[in-house]
Amino acid sequence: MLNHILSLMLAVPLLGAVACLLVDGRTARTVALVATLIDLALGIVLWSQFDVGGARWQFQENAALFAGFSWKLGIDGIALMLIELSVFLMPICILASASIEKRVGEYMAAFLLMEALMIGVFAAQDLYLFYIMFEAGLIPMYLIIGIWGGVDRIYASYKFFLYTLLGSVLMLIAMLWMVNEAGTTDIPTLMEYNFPVEAQKWLWLAFFASFAVKMPMWPVHTWLPDAHVQAPTAGSVILAGVLLKMGGYGFIRFSLPMFPEASAHFAWVVFALSMIAVVVTSLIALVQSDMKKLIAYSSVAHMAIVTVGLFAFNVQGLEGAMIVMLSHGLVSGALFLCVGVIYDRLHTREINRYGGLSINMPKYALFFMLFTMASVGLPATSGFVGEFLALSGVYQASSWVAFVAGTGVILGAGYMLYLYRRIAFGEQKNADAAAMPDLSARELVMLAPIAAAVLWMGVYPESFLAPMRQDIAALDARLSQARPEGDAKLTAGKPKAAGEHHEPAQHEGAH
Amino acid sequence: MNPILLIVFLPLLASAIAGLGNRALGNTLAKSVTTTGLFISCALSWPIFISFVSGHAEPQVVQVLQWVRSGSLTFDWALRVDTLTAIMLVVITTVSALVHLYSWGYMAEDPDQPRFFAYLSLFTFAMLMLVTADNLVQMFFGWEGVGLASYLLIGFWFRKPSASAAAIKAFVVNRVGDLGFMLGIFGTFLVFNTVSIPEILVRAPSMAGSTVHFLGMQWDTMTILCILLFIGAMGKSAQLGLHTWLPDAMEGPTPVSALIHAATMVTAGVFMVCRLSPMFQTSETAMHVVTYVGAATLFFAATIGTTQWDIKRVIAYSTCSQLGYMFVAAGVGAPGAAMFHLFTHAFFKALLFLGAGSVIHAMHHEQDMRYYGGLRKHIPLTYYAMLAGTLAITGLGIVDVFGFAGFYSKDSILEAAYASASDSGRFGFWMGILAALLTSFYSWRLVFLTFYGKPRWVQSEHIQHAVHDAHAHGDHAHGHDDHGHAHDDDGTAGYHPHESPINMLIPLGVLTLGAIFAGYLFHHSFISEGAGHFWQGSVAFSEELIHHMHGVPTWVKWAPFVVMALGFVTAWFAYIRNPKLPAAFVEQLGVVHQFVFNKWYFDELYDFLFVRPAFWLGDKFWKLGDIGLIDRFGPNGAAWVVAQGSRAAKKVQSGYLYSYALVMLLGLTAAISWVMVH
Repeated sequence: MLNHILSLMLAVPLLGAVACLLVDGRTARTVALVATLIDLALGIVLWSQFDVGGARWQFQENAALFAGFSWKLGIDGIALMLIELSVFLMPICILASASIEKRVGEYMAAFLLMEALMIGVFAAQDLYLFYIMFEAGLIPMYLIIGIWGGVDRIYASYKFFLYTLLGSVLMLIAMLWMVNEAGTTDIPTLMEYNFPVEAQKWLWLAFFASFAVKMPMWPVHTWLPDAHVQAPTAGSVILAGVLLKMGGYGFIRFSLPMFPEASAHFAWVVFALSMIAVVVTSLIALVQSDMKKLIAYSSVAHMAIVTVGLFAFNVQGLEGAMIVMLSHGLVSGALFLCVGVIYDRLHTREINRYGGLSINMPKYALFFMLFTMASVGLPATSGFVGEFLALSGVYQASSWVAFVAGTGVILGAGYMLYLYRRIAFGEQKNADAAAMPDLSARELVMLAPIAAAVLWMGVYPESFLAPMRQDIAALDARLSQARPEGDAKLTAGKPKAAGEHHEPAQHEGAH
Repeated sequence: MNPILLIVFLPLLASAIAGLGNRALGNTLAKSVTTTGLFISCALSWPIFISFVSGHAEPQVVQVLQWVRSGSLTFDWALRVDTLTAIMLVVITTVSALVHLYSWGYMAEDPDQPRFFAYLSLFTFAMLMLVTADNLVQMFFGWEGVGLASYLLIGFWFRKPSASAAAIKAFVVNRVGDLGFMLGIFGTFLVFNTVSIPEILVRAPSMAGSTVHFLGMQWDTMTILCILLFIGAMGKSAQLGLHTWLPDAMEGPTPVSALIHAATMVTAGVFMVCRLSPMFQTSETAMHVVTYVGAATLFFAATIGTTQWDIKRVIAYSTCSQLGYMFVAAGVGAPGAAMFHLFTHAFFKALLFLGAGSVIHAMHHEQDMRYYGGLRKHIPLTYYAMLAGTLAITGLGIVDVFGFAGFYSKDSILEAAYASASDSGRFGFWMGILAALLTSFYSWRLVFLTFYGKPRWVQSEHIQHAVHDAHAHGDHAHGHDDHGHAHDDDGTAGYHPHESPINMLIPLGVLTLGAIFAGYLFHHSFISEGAGHFWQGSVAFSEELIHHMHGVPTWVKWAPFVVMALGFVTAWFAYIRNPKLPAAFVEQLGVVHQFVFNKWYFDELYDFLFVRPAFWLGDKFWKLGDIGLIDRFGPNGAAWVVAQGSRAAKKVQSGYLYSYALVMLLGLTAAISWVMVH
């Protein structure tokens, strides 16, 4: 079974999806929950069987299909962690969909299809297979927003589609060229292949067009707030939790190892856009009156920390970026769940319609506070470890970038606490909000595991860092050929004579 | 089990029990668990401290858990115990345990007590993690953890808009400092390739004189690192520029102010500078910066303290000012004196805050001193406690005989500043003398306004409410009360303040002892010429500076006493002898008073410079940038182009066969001619 566990993890949700289409709504919920739980169990097996420090690529399987195109799967530690994130969030998403009443079977099928495609993206080792999974993953999300979304769902879904279209086309052309040049579609081989530097630049830009939209980076981020606002809760969770990570995964799997020189050449573009993103989108988040829009904009700011970490070209930056991705997947997912909890009760995302929820929903207030603090990067939560590593990594490349990206630490605290204040603090000014019941058992089951994971990653991140360490080290070694020099220009010290015990210099005047 | 593990983690455990149990656990159980936990921690901390005082203890580090391994950047959860930590342990656990006990009385009527006690214990845990840190990142964990607890406790009465606003302000302003701290850690890692404090301190001298680029400018390496870290300290210790959150933090319940915003959290910055004192001493410039900032703060805050009416705000500004003294000491190379003042200050300032809480408790939550007066006879025990605290902060004492706590510590700071004989030290000295005068004045002003004179309670709305309620309950207050002076025309409005319950008086009593004896008992350990044995290298203790301190001229030794007496006489003259004087003074110097009374307009300035622009910019970036520019010319523009195209296509799709035929023909012709040309 272990030889084909990845295929199995793809097959389970696919079969579940087919089953969901055939049965009635109630059964479909059960089928979906069971299928996602099986995948979660398989995910746990996968993690426990993953040999940390062993072969770089594990659980590989390969079946040639046609015309050089093959069903080739396999994972390293980076892919493993992102797969774990996906299978962890999926059952929670199914639970969070209790308020969906329209076309439940199709809804569940769409989610299960998406789970299969997400795992496929992270497990694919064939370039074309990756491309198909990567692009196909958009379709269920497009449907989820377009069919089960809010009032402006059509506008949001077409915007989502339009943005991703252009980048995808460019990426496909680049892939065709690469396969032609290197003579293989095997991703591990391509990661070692040295493309000519001039060609790298064009290829890098083509991939960048796709990944920057997915990330999303400023200024191609405007699809995200609309998509989040219109998507149903579970859609937002998956969108923020996993789909946004595909951009970061793309950078770490393709752009950096395949085009190291071009990555170094264009790092300033990434830095500039990320710095703008941190400041601009954080400030925009400050003035939002719609909860989901606020969290969506905060996502853009957090993803900018990922991109600066990735292009820091050192271990801390890369590991930090990965942890920010995992952490953001958990935390923003949880924040969207928190929004969903009160949206289900009052059917409005308007922040000012709430207030004083600490009084009637103390448990909710506790969880919401925890995730708020994780979002602002309080130490001992996952947010801190990632942010700290990523920023310390980029500091070695450029103190300016670290400083500007670091202002996100201040601004993030500003908009998140301002949000929390308006929702949970103050008097209960609206009778209907004041009458809302606290978390139900179902909602507790959704939020508690994420809370535990957030604290675990914050207190003992080694569990998550260890599987990725070797891959990050390999990538770091690969990048070392192109690593730009940092801006610190540290000179050697000129210690005064006679060692370490200095008298306070102020004494000199006393004699 | 190593006692330090219990000391640190018992409060966390108690906090989790009380916080998660909350209402299900009930008030008494939640309070008992947390308070017991703290008293155990306290009981375990004192033996450690005593063993360091008697010179029998060795520094040790207890590993707890691995934290982060990322390339060469590694740091763990570990608890370091040395002299410096031992001092902080007793300060934190003692004040915290007493504040827990005090809160039994003070918060007795609050409906949310388990939450309150959970936060208090959580705070204590974070503070203990901060002071036991062996690496900069764990210190930062404690740093942010106490920030969180402070945020939660300031906003404890979250229904009050002013409380939740103050909570956010405290967190965000602190984050400004924290960014400096973080950049300092990054820079330290860049330079030393480690974040372990002992390793940094050993290697710091070897980097003296090197340069590094930061934000495109070339700096002396140690200077920029120390200044970045010091920005963090400025935020947490409310130094000039990043002080604006502290007065607003008084929105929290008074026990919180005593624990967090007087005795412990706000001293974290001083602790950090002392812990890293061997590093700071490698940069003369950084030391000067520390001294100047401290000196400016101690004077600035003292001026504001003289004008405020809210009893807690006076003490808050006083705290800010005293922290400035500590930084002056650290800046002139006397971390021993800085830590000594931190130690004594914790006792007398906690005492003053808890005393103020007792007054507020007696006066039915009235905090405005204009509506106090004559309370000495009604709450005598509180009065004596406050008197001891005031004598301690003003530093009453006779050289070489006996003095209250502040006498030893504050005077040693002034002597060190004088003895350091640098420009910054001299500035610190004169500012310190000037502020000592102001300290004496505002402290006695507080005592005189509160406890002396005639009652002015009748103007207070809180008191009027209280009296009204009492009357509504059948006027029984008059029945069994024989304080005697209850006539409506004597300014009391018929209100009878009561002395606080015993669980509030015990902490006051213990802290009173601290305020009286802490200086006398421990000055030998902290700042004598042989104190190097006590410190065991945990701070950059300079025997030579101590030597110079003992050699300062006699007038320097007596100057603090003189200005203290002067401040006392002025306050006596203005608030007892001739109570009309302050109003006349304000009339004469209206502009100056307005400026000082409005806290030098820092809040207004920051609002104008940062808060409003942030919201304005956010709005513009959103509406003009995202919607007006990116969406308009991006997706909406593309959609428009597509729509135009399809409209054109619709025209072409006319349905007439001949037009299709024409187009086909044209296309075919074009294609053929293209092929033929090539």
